[in-house]
Amino acid sequence: METKNIMIVGVGGQGTLLASKLLGYVLLKQGYDVKVSEVHGMSQRGGSVVTYVRYGDKVYSPVIDRGEADMILAFEQLEAARWLPYLKKGGRIIVNTQRMEPMPVITEAAVYPEDLVGKMRAAGAEVDAGDFLEIATKAGSAKAVNIALMGRLSVYFPDIPGEVWQEAIEANVPPKFLDLNRIAFENGSKMS
Amino acid sequence: MKELMLGNKAVARGLYEAGCSFISSYPGTPSTEITEEAAKYDEIYCEWAPNEKVALEAAHGATLGGVRASCAMKHVGLNVAADPLFTISYQGLNAGLVICVADDPGMHSSQNEQDSRHYAFAAKVPMLEPSDSEEALLYTKRAYEISEQFNTPVFIKLCTRVSHSQSVVSKGERTVPAQVPYKKDPTKVMMTLNSRNAHVRVEQRTRDLIEFAETDPINRVIRGSKTAEGIESDIFYLQNKKIGVITSSTSYQYAKEVWGENVDILKLGMVYPLPEKLILDFAASVDHVIVLEELDPIIENHCKALGIKVTGKELFPICGEFSSNTIRECVKATVPEFTVLDDDIPGRPPVMCAGCPHRGIFYVLKKLKCMVYGDIGCYTLGAVAPLNAMDLNVCMGASCSGLHGFNKAMGEVGEKNSVGVIGDSTFVHSGITGITDISYNMSNSTVIILDNSITGMTGHQQNPTTGKNLRGEPAGKVDLEALCRALGYNRVTVIDPYDMAETERVIKEELQAEEPSIIISRRPCVMIKGTVHKPPIKPDKDKCVGCKMCMQIGCPAISVRDGKVEIDTTLCIGCNVCTQMCKFGALCGEES
Ligand SMILES: Cc1ncc(C[n+]2csc(CCOP(=O)(O)OP(=O)(O)O)c2C)c(N)n1
Repeated sequence: METKNIMIVGVGGQGTLLASKLLGYVLLKQGYDVKVSEVHGMSQRGGSVVTYVRYGDKVYSPVIDRGEADMILAFEQLEAARWLPYLKKGGRIIVNTQRMEPMPVITEAAVYPEDLVGKMRAAGAEVDAGDFLEIATKAGSAKAVNIALMGRLSVYFPDIPGEVWQEAIEANVPPKFLDLNRIAFENGSKMS
Repeated sequence: MKELMLGNKAVARGLYEAGCSFISSYPGTPSTEITEEAAKYDEIYCEWAPNEKVALEAAHGATLGGVRASCAMKHVGLNVAADPLFTISYQGLNAGLVICVADDPGMHSSQNEQDSRHYAFAAKVPMLEPSDSEEALLYTKRAYEISEQFNTPVFIKLCTRVSHSQSVVSKGERTVPAQVPYKKDPTKVMMTLNSRNAHVRVEQRTRDLIEFAETDPINRVIRGSKTAEGIESDIFYLQNKKIGVITSSTSYQYAKEVWGENVDILKLGMVYPLPEKLILDFAASVDHVIVLEELDPIIENHCKALGIKVTGKELFPICGEFSSNTIRECVKATVPEFTVLDDDIPGRPPVMCAGCPHRGIFYVLKKLKCMVYGDIGCYTLGAVAPLNAMDLNVCMGASCSGLHGFNKAMGEVGEKNSVGVIGDSTFVHSGITGITDISYNMSNSTVIILDNSITGMTGHQQNPTTGKNLRGEPAGKVDLEALCRALGYNRVTVIDPYDMAETERVIKEELQAEEPSIIISRRPCVMIKGTVHKPPIKPDKDKCVGCKMCMQIGCPAISVRDGKVEIDTTLCIGCNVCTQMCKFGALCGEES
């Protein structure tokens, strides 16, 4: 199988690292060769963060380049737009419609563009957008937004059984938060 | 069982399996997790040292005691550890010593982009360079064998994409070699004749290691099945050629990604010393050689010295990190199409967290129009808008010694208007000698120690000022006030940076003082578990006049919408710094 590329993008502190850990776990369980590349350090302080997940028969480069991603999972709208050039022509981008204003916008040195979802659609991307923060909050914690988004991502992997995702959550989430994360995952996947 | 593992964790696993029993390190992205992961094995003693020089000396000391030891650092850390490195290379060991060093091409989290391979050449210390987690684990174990066989420290050289990528590894068992008894050996004293003999031994060792590099499978040739087809390129001298690529580390992965089976590859697992015959034979087996390496042309220059015509840095950049597209673009091959929106996408630079105790200090320093000699840590973010309150930084500790030089040159104009700012971990790392320069050579400099009780930037490690060791257990604690007094400071003042008026008063007073001063700004980092947070600020929209004074401090929890202030209650921890900015009483916190 040709190598597939998934990117997880967001704002430092949003829990993108856990999401990539889950995804890596699930894909490895399916017998793929997997590479996951993360960014630690400075940008985890509220900066723009990206994780690359690649899988297939044999994966070489740990990173994904412009025009190479089959799918992007974006935790925030502006980050979705920033990383859009990494999407393959016709690729899919799952967008959490949450808006987090970066410092240049807060200080009015820059403006947060409007209707990014519409513009990404107009540019030809397959956009699957929703308010995953709300789903997470309703499930019991805004922090579960990463798991809600994973739920949505799972919809695009029809061949991977639900138990494998559940197992990944169990292996990576502290027991006392398991229930709310299960709900967030479930409701994230159902969102339309 | 196969497992996805972070490169750094795989190094830690390799250290574990190799029977390493002692690790002393100083944190630094992207190397930090090596030591943190190793500390999860009870069998390995792990510690944070005050700096990398100390860490390497301690690790070397442990090898004299007869156990396999290691230390880990980022590339700039190796500058600090360079002094012991060169002489340890001469002196030799009593048990294996592996030095892990992680470069940061692309400077994701670093102040420069230096190439650590130069140190291997300069100190004549062999260097292994894994290209993924599996190799990180295997090479680390291999490094101990080489270390003991050749009586030399061995480098494991990593980079951000190896350290911080997860790939599949298979784990093995731990085997611990018997502790080697210590024997006094008069040739270990590094002076005159002993050193001269040691240098001769090192040169012979390097020749032996080159022999090893010629045949050991750590350097291997991977023939492509489609080399006859050549590579896609618009560059005439690369067209219709059987191309051979000499490469190592992640560059190998990019070469495979872009050229796959269309090239032959010589993958070097050991980048110092480099083989000669192996390279010459490989070059002779292909039409044209490309050397693909990030940062400096080290393998390239070696090939050129051997008389081989190669394509390297004339096509591929010295600056920055490679990617598949960089390589495609450099050889003028097609890159994938992509989409860009017309809108300008505002940047998202990292910011100080809401409630960060560094924030208030920088606001005051900006207000006082001070020249601020900065240093390395979370507080370096005091340089970004809207605070813009840092003039420069260089390397750990330069805020103290650099300020001293500045003030000696500037005289009173400098002394009364400038400060150095340095974090607690950075201060212990390299600030103590700098403030000693100030007190000994008497410049009336003012240094502010930003004591947030943790090593924040690198992910919250303990340090000698926190009273806890790497594992979080009680440990010795440096008393900063007493230390500064002992170093000759009469003026040592502790302030709470959440109290802006007092902070301003003290800074003004110390700038005017006719002798050196230390200000210790003390408040724990809000990210440390157990730091008490107060309820979020409740903005009073009726009182808010929309003047945006509160926006001057660059707190990510504060925004102004439709002319009125808003507080993000998920971020705000009630530090009350903004309360003190508001003349209209619109930002009230809970009374405490
Ligand atoms: C020689 C060297 N070693 C390590 C680092 C990595 N590093 C950057 S900032 C930092 C920690 C700073 O901690 P501290 O001074 O306590 O400031 P804080 O981040 O907590 O504000 C470290 C270890 C470096 N830049 N240079």
